[in-house]
Amino acid sequence: MISLKINKKTYTVDADPNMPLLWFIRDIIGLTGTKFGCGVAQCGACVVHLNGEAVRSCVTKVSRAENQDITTIEGLSAHNDHPLQVAWNEENVPQCGYCHSGQLMSAAVLLRDKPHPTDQEIDDAMAGNICRCGTYLRIRKAIHLAADLQEKNGGTV
Amino acid sequence: MKNQFNLNTSWRAYKTVIVMAVILCTAGIMAFALNSDGDHKNIIPLVVIKKDSVASVKAFASVYRVLMSPRCMNCHPAGDIPLQGDDSHLHTMLPKRGAEGKGVFAMKCANCHQPENTLGLHTPPGNTNWHLPPANMKMVFEGKTPRQLARQMVDPNHNGHKNMQQLIAHADDGLVLAGWNMGEGRTKPPTSHAAFKKAWITWIKTGAYAPKK
Repeated sequence: MISLKINKKTYTVDADPNMPLLWFIRDIIGLTGTKFGCGVAQCGACVVHLNGEAVRSCVTKVSRAENQDITTIEGLSAHNDHPLQVAWNEENVPQCGYCHSGQLMSAAVLLRDKPHPTDQEIDDAMAGNICRCGTYLRIRKAIHLAADLQEKNGGTV
Repeated sequence: MKNQFNLNTSWRAYKTVIVMAVILCTAGIMAFALNSDGDHKNIIPLVVIKKDSVASVKAFASVYRVLMSPRCMNCHPAGDIPLQGDDSHLHTMLPKRGAEGKGVFAMKCANCHQPENTLGLHTPPGNTNWHLPPANMKMVFEGKTPRQLARQMVDPNHNGHKNMQQLIAHADDGLVLAGWNMGEGRTKPPTSHAAFKKAWITWIKTGAYAPKK
């Protein structure tokens, strides 16, 4: 049996420790906000937080995540009101939307570590998240807006 | 005269004993200082150098071929972006070194590179300590001539503050060994790890001479 703590809830399941974390999240506990993209850590669609770091769940084994803190897009905020989610909505960032849970999870790590990132820092942080609709400019704009919203909220996310 | 002679002889013998004692104490203190890293299980005997510039330069030629192979050089780039593949192109997604060599923000090395290799072609190779050299000690291999790289290797200000003993021990570092286990589809360095280690130690123990070019 393996116990995983996802979005502050513990799941104990009889699972293969070599299973990708993404399989566990989507297929076993049914949180389908996190997407499968490439399966080889090259696109960023499957990003979740493992102890606060933006890991790619398609290549992260369940054994690495055991008893660690995992946050998926469903746990990013209580009411879909993380400054990034508000800004994403405000700027109409997604087109098809498939990559955006991964985009948001990566951007959340950036804003936590760098409350007011420059364009270059946004590019450095987000370069691993691919968007085939090409929404990059709106992503950058929304991250700047989210930084302002975060500041207005007193720095809390 | 006889007494004077005896007195001089005694004084010389006394001085000899004093000098020998000072030399032995100094050598003992130095040996202790060089070996006292706080972990007595890992004590390495002092490096005995037997200078031989010809053998040293010859050994470094073999070392250089390994260090400049993609499996080693790709993580010792001239810029702040690691290299990738057998053609040493810039790493896709352009991840940055960061202050500690472990990436930046959402682009940390360990976000993709797992503690072990991921199965399959074109998947991230892994290691528990995957990283680039830190920003304040870049230890660049890319673009270095044999002479430049040899001189860099023995300069503590550019080799990660390593002395000769630590350099020898570094041949068995986990990330160095990982160069020979980089996952499916990646060419290994041009010699075995055993042959590399032998050439590396030979180079150091024969004086760590730098080639002329």
